[in-house]
Amino acid sequence: MASVIEHISDETNRENVYKTKELNLWYGENHALKNINLDINENEVTAIIGPSGCGKSTYIKTLNRMIELIPGVKTSGEISYRGRNILDRSYKVEDLRTKVGMVFQKPNPFPKSIYENVVYGPKIHGIRDKKILDEIVEKSLKGAAIWDEVKDRLNQNAYGLSGGQQQRLCIARCLAIEPDVILMDEPTSALDPISTLKVEELVQELKQNFSIIIVTHNMQQAARISDKTAFFLSGEVIEFNLTNKIFSTPSDKRTEDYITGRFG
Amino acid sequence: MVSEKGSFSIQKLIEEKKKNKSAHTIIEKLVPFILLFTAVLSVLTTLGIVFTLIFETFTFFSKVSFIEFITEKKWYPFSETKGTYGILPLVSGTLRVTLIAIIVAVPIGLASAVFLSEYASERTRRIIKPILEVLAGIPTIVYGFFALTFVTPILRQFIPTLEIFNALSPGIVIGIMITPMIASLSEDAMTSVPNSMREGALALGSTKFEVSMKVVLPAAISGIVSSIVLAISRAIGETMIVAVAGGSTPTWGWDVTSSIQTMTAYIVQVSTGDAGYGTTIYYSIYAVGMTLFVFTLLMNLLAQYISKRFREEY
Repeated sequence: MASVIEHISDETNRENVYKTKELNLWYGENHALKNINLDINENEVTAIIGPSGCGKSTYIKTLNRMIELIPGVKTSGEISYRGRNILDRSYKVEDLRTKVGMVFQKPNPFPKSIYENVVYGPKIHGIRDKKILDEIVEKSLKGAAIWDEVKDRLNQNAYGLSGGQQQRLCIARCLAIEPDVILMDEPTSALDPISTLKVEELVQELKQNFSIIIVTHNMQQAARISDKTAFFLSGEVIEFNLTNKIFSTPSDKRTEDYITGRFG
Repeated sequence: MVSEKGSFSIQKLIEEKKKNKSAHTIIEKLVPFILLFTAVLSVLTTLGIVFTLIFETFTFFSKVSFIEFITEKKWYPFSETKGTYGILPLVSGTLRVTLIAIIVAVPIGLASAVFLSEYASERTRRIIKPILEVLAGIPTIVYGFFALTFVTPILRQFIPTLEIFNALSPGIVIGIMITPMIASLSEDAMTSVPNSMREGALALGSTKFEVSMKVVLPAAISGIVSSIVLAISRAIGETMIVAVAGGSTPTWGWDVTSSIQTMTAYIVQVSTGDAGYGTTIYYSIYAVGMTLFVFTLLMNLLAQYISKRFREEY
């Protein structure tokens, strides 16, 4: 079945951060991503939706090559990030991940103080000046809308925070190295509704300065926060378009069935 | 109850079986008492040992002054006139051997643990880990002969002044003996650090080594420290290796090339010799045993303190 990817009328003329060309991915024998073609713009929120097992998490993990942690993964095709193919062996994965941050499904702060969590990234990249680090901590925590809640207890263990606060701390940790792109893999699936709302508002603010790609199970969330939406099904991109188009006038029957809740 | 289909009712069958179950009920009631008895038995045995140790140690100190015991730098119990009982030479013997063992075992053990937990493939780990555990099961007397007949001659080629019996060789071999323990237990601690933390660090552009050193190691530190302290306790209490390869000359100081005697080796010497019951020498082994006990107890308390103090909770 050919996937329907319209030419997206886009008045903004934003540059692409990612261009995916004919990406295929296998877990051993299992063909998990089939011929993916997707261009992702900078300073936008791109949502990836689809039922469980459709390959959406696999795809986002390919964008910073975290997928390589799973043994037996093979890829073909090309993903170019800012013009360079990241699937090329010569692309150093640490360099890529310094540019492309990631927020995970479950909050995963380090078992260290809030302060140490935020400065971890800058420190491993060689920033040691205490003054600069202090500034980074304040800026990042403010950026993640959690500064007011934690400014008086920066030296306490991050695991004393609530789930929602931990997730915003993880976002702050990610902001601390000022990445270009932030990948979010179902960042609110382990959070309560109020924390979810806070993270969603945060995503809206962050897109001023960052390109955000977010995988979500929650279609309302995609509709609320994203500029564009890609619908994945069985490892294929069925439809990729402006979010309001996808949710109002989907051009593929399967997209319509999914967003109206007929399956998934 | 009558079942609608078939000729039997399950409820009825269960009811009938229950009638023959009086023996079962008795067992059910007895089991907790049997289990309690076995638990109490081991506690009582331990208390008995400690009590005997304390009791005989008191008898020893009625014959030898406690101040002499802890300050005197000479240990000559077999003197023909009057024995001198200063524990320091035996303590220094034990400490020298233990220190060498730690210097050998901690770096190698930790490096192996990092390798096994962070770098080795599942297959490699499955092969190496059981081998490590087999190493931990080798009888210590074998290590003793290994030290005396293999390690000492090699060391003597590099250090000509090394005596046949010395602290260096048994120290190194005890280090080899406790390395698997540190490696295996530290590996357990590091493997139990959730993968999500490694992913979090990798996603920030860390290299594998940075993840191991700055995230996994600190997160597992309490388990690692416990494994090291446990290993040190074993090194302090190790007997056969030092009895075979360390010699029987109690000396005070830090020389590792000449013959020494550790606390444990002294106890072996007296126990297997012909010191008569009731003599001061006989009681002295209890005092030495007590000292050894205090040392390992302190190590265990230290381990608990450190592992609490540095625990990174997740």
